[in-house]
Amino acid sequence: MKRYYFDHAATTPVAPEVIQTITKSLIDDFGNVSSTHYFGQREKLKLRQAREVLANAINANLNEVYFTSGSTESNNTIIRQTALSRQNQGKHLITTAVEHPSVLKVMQDLAKKGFDVTFLPVDDSGTISITDFKAALRPDTILVSIMYANHETGRLMPIKEIGQILKNHSAWFHVDATQALGVTKIDVKKLGIDFLSASAHKIYGPKGIGLLYKNQNCVIPPLLIGGEQENKFRAGTTNLPLIFGFAKAMELCDSKEINKWVIIYQEEKRELVKLLTELGVDFAVNGDFNQALPHILNLWIKGIPSNVLLPLLDLDGFALSAGSACTAGSAEDSPVLTAMYPNNLIRVRQSIRISLGHDNQKADVIALAHAIAKRVNHFKRSKEKAVS
Amino acid sequence: MIYFDNSATTPIDPRVLDTFVKVSQTYPGNPSSLHQLGRKATEVLELSRQQIKDILNLKNREVLFTSGGSEGDNLIIKGVAHNRKLSGHHIIVSAIEHAAVLNAAKQLEKEGFEVTYLSPDKNGQIRPETLSNAIRNDTILVSIMAVNNETGAIQPLNELSDILQKYPQIVFHVDAVQAVGKQLESIYLNDRIDFLSFSGHKFRGPKGIGFVIYHPNRHFDPLIAGGGQENGLRGGTENIPAIAAMAKALRLSFDNINQCQKKYIEMKNILLNFLDKDPDFYVISKNSKIYTPSIISFALIGVKGETVIHYLEAQETFISTTSACSSNRNQPSHVLMAMKEPDEVIKGELRVSLGPQNDISEMKNFVNQLEKMKDKLKVFI
Repeated sequence: MKRYYFDHAATTPVAPEVIQTITKSLIDDFGNVSSTHYFGQREKLKLRQAREVLANAINANLNEVYFTSGSTESNNTIIRQTALSRQNQGKHLITTAVEHPSVLKVMQDLAKKGFDVTFLPVDDSGTISITDFKAALRPDTILVSIMYANHETGRLMPIKEIGQILKNHSAWFHVDATQALGVTKIDVKKLGIDFLSASAHKIYGPKGIGLLYKNQNCVIPPLLIGGEQENKFRAGTTNLPLIFGFAKAMELCDSKEINKWVIIYQEEKRELVKLLTELGVDFAVNGDFNQALPHILNLWIKGIPSNVLLPLLDLDGFALSAGSACTAGSAEDSPVLTAMYPNNLIRVRQSIRISLGHDNQKADVIALAHAIAKRVNHFKRSKEKAVS
Repeated sequence: MIYFDNSATTPIDPRVLDTFVKVSQTYPGNPSSLHQLGRKATEVLELSRQQIKDILNLKNREVLFTSGGSEGDNLIIKGVAHNRKLSGHHIIVSAIEHAAVLNAAKQLEKEGFEVTYLSPDKNGQIRPETLSNAIRNDTILVSIMAVNNETGAIQPLNELSDILQKYPQIVFHVDAVQAVGKQLESIYLNDRIDFLSFSGHKFRGPKGIGFVIYHPNRHFDPLIAGGGQENGLRGGTENIPAIAAMAKALRLSFDNINQCQKKYIEMKNILLNFLDKDPDFYVISKNSKIYTPSIISFALIGVKGETVIHYLEAQETFISTTSACSSNRNQPSHVLMAMKEPDEVIKGELRVSLGPQNDISEMKNFVNQLEKMKDKLKVFI
């Protein structure tokens, strides 16, 4: 049976070129960068080149890019350590109600420890309002943490406007760009971003490696302390093979490639929506079809709970998800959709996320639309039968 | 090329590399996903975890995956301290720990914790009575490494555990990063040890992956919160290929342990036979069961360690001065300082650390190189 993967927002398969890069490095570069001998020196140069690739991708300076084990570690480092080091200047933080758990959990933890955290609500398209943000901003706000785009709906957040507003405020601006890197061009300087998090495994790179961008004027203590790697900001033997893999994956998503994929994804999304309509599936888009990352589409498939539909589609060979992978393991309702539709639990429970990737063809999307239509119609018929 | 810096990092075993590549290609899913690809990834994750538990014969202990030894040390030292701060503010670590333990302890000092740094004896071991004297009513955590990364001194964990038997309220953490492949597990896994940290790339696994063994009833605050992975104790998408590769590396390391130990002893003897004959060399890791045979620390008196490193490097032989993590700074070794070694020994410190891929002929060549080197560097002595 052919298998189709539509869960690229959870993780992406590693690109063959990236596996090659990692394999080569695992064989060739086994030295420890911290060693003084030759191995160390040669690898330091290659490390610098890899850092440059990432720095260029987001328009950061070379000394502003750090490697971590992934976005979750980056988010934890930025939020916890900013709170710790700036608590004398203020104890107020602003975030949104729909962040990834690695932001939400840390914020909730800080709230328990006596910090005042504002969780901005979202409208039914899944984004925050600038009016709400302005109203929440206070003189003692030390950090604003808002994702570039939501991981379940792809809905974009008003990053540019917030960056503009914060130009005249002492609060630091953190953006979790885990879902955005590689599918959209990010310029931290233009957007006024002080901190940014991202992961390699969302852009066809390996798991276990991530990025932390830190404006050079923002000083926070390390979360992982020990040796003097990463300019004393992140301890642990430098993971060269995965860093090179990350840089390779980033190169494969350069701006020319991004533009190509944006067009392909948008076409595939339009095709999917068109076909579902033609096949008589009753559905609605969660979020905003146009104001979203190009590869994510969240749909309310009316009449069939996602915990029924998804296992059936899985049997048919289609891998997709309800919430994010990180909350999907649990049976909880999606916190993102709940925030968007607080009075419509049925909608929350009948929604699925389709996230496209390089390995999807237009024919795959057509097959998906047919599979959904078949399963939905079958489910409705069997329900009607049961009723009669 | 002779690579004798295996305590800094080891070359990945080709069979481990094979696992890494195969798992990357075959199991691309995120273990938190509910669909088939996610479930398959979860299977690999849990099989790897079980494999590690079986290899180490763990009972009443769980395995948690981290990004490496430094994260494991930070997680347990800071996590236990934060979790237990209402019970006490006193922490005991040895003065010869890895930077990850020492700096985590220093961070805690800034937060108001009190830390006692235990001095080793002249052999580089922490004496049980030294620990016993340091324990207070408000001591919450003791952290002592299994094998020192610079001298190879094996710490008397069983005797230290005996002392701690009298204080069940104290949490005992062991940094076991240097222990794998060097000792049989029984020495560093006893019932009194609550936590151990490990790192994959020190036993021919990949970099960027490690694990912590934890006691399910000993609580600690997570360092990295997130999507509820690892029982809510460590957030972040699990690094499945690296985890599977590390489990494989651990197994291979245990399969080989007796054979390797024999080889290391023979290699160490070759080196010591040479060094002991020459009064200009000073041996720290003497011929004694105190030291694991794969780490040999010594000095060429009167010549800076760095001079020797660079001389050998020109012949494609790689050894190190102190640990990789501090050698970059050119700072004197905190381990040898704690052992109160003379200044000239500290300045001249050299470390040879062996791995399973090394062989006896390499050691013979190395000894020849040292002999020739001494003639060339005589002017300094």
